[in-house]
Amino acid sequence: MTTPLIEMKNIEKHFGAVIALGGVSFDVRPGECHCLLGDNGAGKSTFIKTMSGVHKPSKGTIMFEGKEMSFNSPRDSMNAGIATVYQDLAMIPLMSVTRNFWMGNEPLKKFGPFSMMDFKKANEVTMTEMKKMGINLREPGQAVGTLSGGERQTVAIARAVYFGAKLLILDEPTSALGVRQTANVLANIDKVRKQGIGVVFITHNVRHAMAVGDRFTVLNRGKTLGTAVKGEITPEELQDLMAGGQELATLEGSLGGTV
Amino acid sequence: MTDERIKQVSKLRRAMIRPELGAIAGAVLVFVFFMMIAGDSGMFAPKGIQNWTVVSAQFAIIAVGACLLMIAGEFDLSVGSMIGFAGIVIAILSVQWGWPVWLAIITAFVVCIALGALNGFLVIKTGLPSFIVTLAFLYILRGMTIWLSIMTTQKTIIGGVKQVAEGDWLAPVFGGTILKGLFQWFADIGWIDTFTRGSREGQPVVEGVPMLVVWAIGLIIFGQWLLTKTRFGNWIFASGGDAQAARYVGVPVNRVKMLMFMFTAFCACVFATAQVMEFGSAAADRGLLKEFEAIICVVIGGALLTGGYGSVVGAALGALIFGVVQQGLFFSGAESSLFRVFLGTILILAVILNTYIRRMITGER
Repeated sequence: MTTPLIEMKNIEKHFGAVIALGGVSFDVRPGECHCLLGDNGAGKSTFIKTMSGVHKPSKGTIMFEGKEMSFNSPRDSMNAGIATVYQDLAMIPLMSVTRNFWMGNEPLKKFGPFSMMDFKKANEVTMTEMKKMGINLREPGQAVGTLSGGERQTVAIARAVYFGAKLLILDEPTSALGVRQTANVLANIDKVRKQGIGVVFITHNVRHAMAVGDRFTVLNRGKTLGTAVKGEITPEELQDLMAGGQELATLEGSLGGTV
Repeated sequence: MTDERIKQVSKLRRAMIRPELGAIAGAVLVFVFFMMIAGDSGMFAPKGIQNWTVVSAQFAIIAVGACLLMIAGEFDLSVGSMIGFAGIVIAILSVQWGWPVWLAIITAFVVCIALGALNGFLVIKTGLPSFIVTLAFLYILRGMTIWLSIMTTQKTIIGGVKQVAEGDWLAPVFGGTILKGLFQWFADIGWIDTFTRGSREGQPVVEGVPMLVVWAIGLIIFGQWLLTKTRFGNWIFASGGDAQAARYVGVPVNRVKMLMFMFTAFCACVFATAQVMEFGSAAADRGLLKEFEAIICVVIGGALLTGGYGSVVGAALGALIFGVVQQGLFFSGAESSLFRVFLGTILILAVILNTYIRRMITGER
């Protein structure tokens, strides 16, 4: 078994008197898609924010590539090779695809004492990377606002991969998408995983998780309910775990097993 | 995956979604209009051109600062008060306290930029809308200006700056004129009229390009370059477009906003210094309503009030429209209060057009 890319041990996070995370452990190996499931308020967002440097854990250790890490800002975790794609905050609609793609990592060229953004390079790379992900842009100057939700997620994923992410955290990338767009995003997650990048895929849709996940960890009320390997757990069992078992079983009965 | 439902963008449509489009059309219209109604009033003779160029340049100087700040997602309503304040600071230091004029000017710049930084700091730290924070400074600075002026001189106008600025090395950078030789040559070959009487007989009626215009052009070029060609420009767009998304990819949003507040203050101080050097006096009521006029120029130039979109060249064209109309009404002998009516009207039209353009670029319906 390969060493984990990231290992989170007994992570706790308290906000004043509220215990958002009460000792969550979790690891991701290179080339693996580890799904993090849980209902709203389970602590998924807080948990990934400790990984991406937005929150500092109150207790617990983060090991990245075998070394203990302490992230003080998103920049720190980004420099280590962790990229996070947030559901609605991935892209800025008024800016062009190129400007979004390079935001925060703009390529520079020297012009005497001035350094300017190298738009020629930026445009070329953007077009090629988009094509690899199956998006044919009309022009790199096209505003992101003209892209569909799925395409925006894909641009964000392509951006993270291009800038050398080793671990990619996707925060509910499929929750607001239609059927075809979801399929596209899931296919792209699969593509990324095959390049040896570790993926953390946050979702509350069991079917999306089952489609690309290698392992599944369920969070409930700030605690891990255990990790399962693909093939050892059925979608129904996952669904029950997410909802905390009992209640959904009764609910599902009345809905005829359609949830 | 090409979507067959998306039509190819025509060149026309691509030209339409440039932020400057409205301003270009507006500028052309305004010029055509005044050439028709005031073409023979001297408005387009050298002296007339100088007249509206200087007024436009004044607007442009503050519009460039307001434009970059607005694209970065913030407003500065204290610009007008800052203009009055900077002028009084220069006059008190140089005329009343006898400081060298260059030192007074540099001090005014340092104080203004520090006030800009304070504006930025308060907005960033409190998370309050910049509208409120800078509105407070609109009052604080105006009050301070009048108080300082009354306290030191018992008056609200401090004159005598021209005399003390004589021979100063920094004052001509704001109040001087360049290319005098070229304009003399224009006069010699008959392109520009010359004075026919008095002490300046034989000299051209327009003696050169005022430094105010040079500053305006310099700031426009700098602003446009910064915004469209540099990494920092990308950060300005990102900070105004969606500050949180920008932070997540490592854009130093707070630093960008802070620097833009300081740059706006710098522009206000350039305006104030040039005005003091030109008039030879400072007055506590200078710069009244300039903050709104700057914002209107920026909006006419195609920027969105919500930030993240706009153009420096557009704002400069907005300033040109402003200057031409203000002076044009004067040349055509129209009632000057109509200028305000025009302002309000064009503001509404510009905002409607901008909203429509935004829908086009983001593909919303």
